[in-house]
Amino acid sequence: MAYQADRSQYPSRRPDGSLDIDLSSGKYLKLWQGPQHPGITGNMSVELTVCGDEVVEGKTHVGYLHRGFEKLMERRTFIQCFPIVCRICVPEPDFNEYCYAAAVEELAGLEVPERADWIRTLILEMGRINSYLMYLGGQAGALGQGVIGQWTTYVRDLMLDRFEELSGARIYHMFIMPGGVRDGLPDGFDQRMEETLREIESTLADVKDVMFQNAVFKKRTVGLGYIDPAIVDQYGVTGPTARAAGVAKDVRRDQPYLVYPELDFEPVVGQDSDVFTRADVRRRDLLMSVDLIRQILARMPRSGAVMAPLPNVLHWKIPFGETYICGECSRGEYGYYLVTDGSGYPRRVNVRGPSYTHAMALLERLIVNCNISDVAALMVSLHTYPPEIER
Amino acid sequence: MLRELYEQLKGRFPLGELSEKRPDLAFITLPREQLRPVLLHLRDQEGFTHLVLLTAVDWIEDDRFQLTYLLHDRQGARDIGLRVMLSRQAVIEGAPMESIHDLWPTAATYQRELREMFGIDFPDSPGVNEDFILEGWREIPPYRRDFDTLKYSNETFAPRPGRESQDPAQHMKAQLYPDGA
Repeated sequence: MAYQADRSQYPSRRPDGSLDIDLSSGKYLKLWQGPQHPGITGNMSVELTVCGDEVVEGKTHVGYLHRGFEKLMERRTFIQCFPIVCRICVPEPDFNEYCYAAAVEELAGLEVPERADWIRTLILEMGRINSYLMYLGGQAGALGQGVIGQWTTYVRDLMLDRFEELSGARIYHMFIMPGGVRDGLPDGFDQRMEETLREIESTLADVKDVMFQNAVFKKRTVGLGYIDPAIVDQYGVTGPTARAAGVAKDVRRDQPYLVYPELDFEPVVGQDSDVFTRADVRRRDLLMSVDLIRQILARMPRSGAVMAPLPNVLHWKIPFGETYICGECSRGEYGYYLVTDGSGYPRRVNVRGPSYTHAMALLERLIVNCNISDVAALMVSLHTYPPEIER
Repeated sequence: MLRELYEQLKGRFPLGELSEKRPDLAFITLPREQLRPVLLHLRDQEGFTHLVLLTAVDWIEDDRFQLTYLLHDRQGARDIGLRVMLSRQAVIEGAPMESIHDLWPTAATYQRELREMFGIDFPDSPGVNEDFILEGWREIPPYRRDFDTLKYSNETFAPRPGRESQDPAQHMKAQLYPDGA
């Protein structure tokens, strides 16, 4: 770490535990990081109170993206919700589609064809790769390494090409819908995917050399943003952030869904729980996704239905019930809590995004005593996407 | 698996009904005064250490708010949802609900959101009265069922000149069944 002294006693605390920050003393300064700032993850902001170059308090502010998705869905039929859900997470929209579809299927008693499950798993892993590539660029960029973002954007673009030929869309794929998926794989997809995967592996080898072996990157990230494994559950930490702390949480292994029980993999785990380890866990997890895609393409059935017969979706009423469906997205546990009341509309949809816990309570805790110049790197290392906080 | 746990819990606490959804997911309704002891028991004795989510459902026709506390046990690979029913009228009149931020610090964020979106108050929760997503909101809490989004939208935002507005359901129907079948 760049700074070792424990200055956590500054400023003093009031009897109720709050910080006694007197801005007129000239000792402290308010500094807004975001909502327009290169070192912020999406449209959110952190209100920093700094003493010198050290943060003594940080408060996350969200709301810049609130479109009331959950409320909107209460006034839409079940099928009309389908193009809404993917908008809740731009870089990795497919988890919204999967969780929503699986929740509707469970409450409506729909049986999804096996081939659709394989294609769903493939899409989720493709989305994970996209999300991690974007993250790696952001993490390096937050520490001044602009070139990594250019490389990862290039290979991410190749993966978007694969999405485009599969679904017709690059960002919001809308491919996983209640009942199954919209189509099978196009001709020659496997070969083009293999070429893309090789390009990703080659780029990641370069990223490993240039980013992870870089003295500046190491010096600035090793020891930064330490998360004690003991607070992982207290703060609802999941995904790579928890795994970097040595807690092998991975929904794909803990509560297997889709075809994950048939795939050969072990959750990637780290030990040191700092920004460097989190980046490394994600890099290795990305490589694991490359391997999983190869396994899926080698073993998936090539014929058969991809869609269960649906009732007339304009008059689709789902019986009274509630359920929770979750999956392991690139940032952690992503889940949908769906409540139905027998009508043609959801009674309540609640989206549980990992950023909700990571960017609020956890970030506000980790940011104390952080140097101003490290705030961006710390935030990015939690891999947060604000829309899933605001929904 | 979860029925066994329910039977065991029932011996210790007065609980309401159990509804099993999957072998790894069940919901239990319980009186609000039992919430904290049951949460503590599940967290400290049964391995449900992860608070997955805390949210509310508005059953306006029954004059109830349902609070759902969803917990996860990683070792046992199972989730359990605790449902607490609150009188809707009492909540609107300002009746408070007990905070659980001391059990899971992250619950403070959920409670802050519930305060803003449903108007359910958790008086001891840190920062619960600070604006979360909606800055300067003057209407009733918007996730309540009686908040009319369309009316609010029509009154607040001026329609863009020349823009047509269509009812999505009617539009889809016309697209799918042009003959009116």
